[in-house]
Amino acid sequence: MTESVETTALTPVPGATGQTGTVVRSTVLKRLFKNPLGIIALVILLGMALLALFADVLAPFDENFANISKTLASPDSVNLLGTDSSGRDVWSRLLFGAQLTLLSALLCAAVAIGIGLPAGLIAGYYAGKFEAVSNWIVSILMSLPGLIVLLTIRAAFGPSVWIAMIAFGVLISPSYFRLTRSAVQSVRNELYVDAARVSGLSDLRIITRHIFSVVRAPIIIQTAAIAGVAIAIQSGLEFLGLGDPAKATWGVMLSEGFKNVYLTPTLLFWPAFAMALTIGGLVLLGNAIRDALEDGEKIKHRRTRTPGTDPVTGRRPTAAPAAVRPSRKSVPAVDPGTEHHLVKVTNLGVGYPQADGSIKKVVDDVSFHVDRGEILGIVGESGSGKSQTAFSILGLLPDNARVVAGSIQFDGSYTVAPGEERVSQERLSKLRGKRISYIPQEPMSNLDPAFTIGYQLVTPMVRVLGISKAEARKRALKLLTDVGIVNPERTFNAYPHEVSGGMAQRVLIAGAISCEPALVIADEPTTALDVTVQADVLDLLRELQQRLNIGVILVTHNFGVVADLCDRVAVMQNGRLVEEGPVRDILRNPQEPYTQTLLASMLEGKEPMSTLVSPLQKEPVA
Amino acid sequence: MTRFILKRLGSGLVVLFAVSVLTFFLLYISSGSIARNILGDQATPEQLAVKEAELGLDQPIAARYFSWLTDALGGNLGTSWFTSEPVASSLATRIPVTMTMVFAAMILIAIIATLIGVAAAVKRGWVDRVVQIGAIVGDSIPGFVIGIILVTILAIQLGIFPATSTISPGEPASAWVLSLTLPVIALLINGVTGGAQQIRSAVIKQLERDYVRTLRSRGIGEREVLFRHVLRSAAPAGLTVLSLQLIGMLGGVVIIEQIFALPGMGPLAVAATGQSDQPVVMGVVMYTVAVVILVNLIVDLLNGWLNPKVRAS
Repeated sequence: MTESVETTALTPVPGATGQTGTVVRSTVLKRLFKNPLGIIALVILLGMALLALFADVLAPFDENFANISKTLASPDSVNLLGTDSSGRDVWSRLLFGAQLTLLSALLCAAVAIGIGLPAGLIAGYYAGKFEAVSNWIVSILMSLPGLIVLLTIRAAFGPSVWIAMIAFGVLISPSYFRLTRSAVQSVRNELYVDAARVSGLSDLRIITRHIFSVVRAPIIIQTAAIAGVAIAIQSGLEFLGLGDPAKATWGVMLSEGFKNVYLTPTLLFWPAFAMALTIGGLVLLGNAIRDALEDGEKIKHRRTRTPGTDPVTGRRPTAAPAAVRPSRKSVPAVDPGTEHHLVKVTNLGVGYPQADGSIKKVVDDVSFHVDRGEILGIVGESGSGKSQTAFSILGLLPDNARVVAGSIQFDGSYTVAPGEERVSQERLSKLRGKRISYIPQEPMSNLDPAFTIGYQLVTPMVRVLGISKAEARKRALKLLTDVGIVNPERTFNAYPHEVSGGMAQRVLIAGAISCEPALVIADEPTTALDVTVQADVLDLLRELQQRLNIGVILVTHNFGVVADLCDRVAVMQNGRLVEEGPVRDILRNPQEPYTQTLLASMLEGKEPMSTLVSPLQKEPVA
Repeated sequence: MTRFILKRLGSGLVVLFAVSVLTFFLLYISSGSIARNILGDQATPEQLAVKEAELGLDQPIAARYFSWLTDALGGNLGTSWFTSEPVASSLATRIPVTMTMVFAAMILIAIIATLIGVAAAVKRGWVDRVVQIGAIVGDSIPGFVIGIILVTILAIQLGIFPATSTISPGEPASAWVLSLTLPVIALLINGVTGGAQQIRSAVIKQLERDYVRTLRSRGIGEREVLFRHVLRSAAPAGLTVLSLQLIGMLGGVVIIEQIFALPGMGPLAVAATGQSDQPVVMGVVMYTVAVVILVNLIVDLLNGWLNPKVRAS
């Protein structure tokens, strides 16, 4: 349950109401009604539907009643919106047009759902031959230009709006098919579906009960979009004069208006307006439902936040930047009052602005320092703020993060001066890569899949050190050898997906030391690796650190790794520094109860302390 | 690589074949009164029979299809039943007009949508909101209605552009540009709003990826991270949308050409389908589907080039 501050902090919730929605489904509708855009959309669509439904009652004239003596008339009390070139009432025709337009959009969507949904359910659930055949049909349907096909259909079956819309429904059904199929595929192997299967529910029951609930919302969104397209296509056909001339439709009215554009361009306005309003309502509805669903996702995340941390600091993000930030001139380059360290973090606080204007602190009053040649371990559970602390030194906090207190100095210069709200990118961009570097946690996701490993090693050296590509290539191959890669040429030319996780992590370590930094920040560098590879990578880190005499900040949740590698350790809990000191002291004699429980839980069932002796031959710089 | 291309071309040919069969049989449904439509009400039954024999309508449908197919494979698309003009030559004069517009619109969509999408994703805030609102407005108005609005305001009311086209193969480039500006704008607005949305969400998704942080930590500048790495990974999403938009545009252009009275494939398609002029309809359908297949192939190749994982499989 503690998976939390970090994830939540990365995706803060704008406008969330803080409710703890477990049943997201039922609240989607509620959120839809809270969203003004959703309400506008519903009002527009409902209004259109009512106008269409009661067109016979509301329209003062028959759609084709022509008053020959009153053509192209301006609006008056009889003809509310004027008349067209045959003296027909524009308002009445608009109403009957709405009827036809909405019905044809419904028909098209119904046909498309009727074909696409069951086919997608079957293809997604059973896969096999049916899916293969369906995919073929889909690829054919999707390479057909709709309007051209509809023209051909019309040639075959005559000018019927309904036939055209059925045909268009068939043409557009792949969009439902693909949507349903991929949704079903993604839940097919979920535990609850397995559970349902094991408990003996029939496939039909599983599909209707479990799977249908997953695709329902995306289908509504898709339907809003498709209804809009159907209206556009149907009106387009009518505009071309390919519809039934006896029916009043918006497309026909546009065409009629366009013929008289030199005389009364207002004739164009009403059908265009009606069309834009209706399609706009559908677009807004789709957006609002999507937003409601996304908010639901966010609230689900939010629910898991660690309780007990103080959410309010009283600092308002909107007022802060101009008012609080002191002028840069007042910041001395070197703080003369204190001793010199490679990195010095002083009373650091990091927070994320919340929807209600408060700031949620994830790092609070944290101070420590690191010197060249030493390894500082920052230990804590997920959500303790250890990674946030590390990222603030790198200046790679998410955009919405704020430094709410304290300062960070690197080699005597402030990267975050006291009172500054954000890490200075201007100052840090000169340091990153060159003097401070980073080894990430998950090796595979930290290499760009589109570029070769060689490219990703060479480019930073070319940019940071200003050396030639050939020179950088030579160095990269040397680095790959240094990190223990047996065939550096092959790895150099490989893409990330072609190497193993352990190898990728070695590549990332090579990248981190490629520009000879003074400080390396390693964020759980072994967590994602196999146990057998972990030890190798740790050995490699220690060996490089000693040879190059660099300072290392090692972020981890594993005391074993700390004992193995670090000189000093800082223990963090809920954003605060609980305890800090030489590894030996803290492991042997933890003062804080939190450290004790952490140690107890982590060393349970292991041979305690036995690894302690070897890595600590070097006296810790305390 | 060659195998991939051949495989895709092969499946493209199968699609083309399937579409030709479907279209041919659809047109067969309405071919009963063709001879009368051509010759008029005064024609005697004998004259009608002669005409039907001339067009091959007395043959069974399978034989007619087979003879069309062998001719088409030999490069002969036949002649129009109504105008007697060879299908190939009438397509040849019209394709340049239509395709100039469609491809100009495609290229502009790619550029503009990328710029807008990236700006919205990176700047967020008000830029993003403006783009979102623009997208809703753009999505709400069908392309041909935009065309009508443009022609009414800019051509008819203000007289900045010609309301109807003045283009023909001999005209100078400036006349083409002036005539095609409004139609191309009408064609591209829906594409730009849709494409920008896709690019925006793809870029936002990529910016949250771990490798972006690592690249920044290596000292790679923000611009390089964005344009070389993020955009490259976001591009496939945009390309896929672009290829779908092209398919829609090949239909939408028919209406646009009608509005601007352009001598493209649109009027030909409308007239031919109205008369069930089978050779012409077959020619138009085959040509457009072939373009779609070709563009899809190019998109697949580009995606493979952008994503080495796809290339491998």
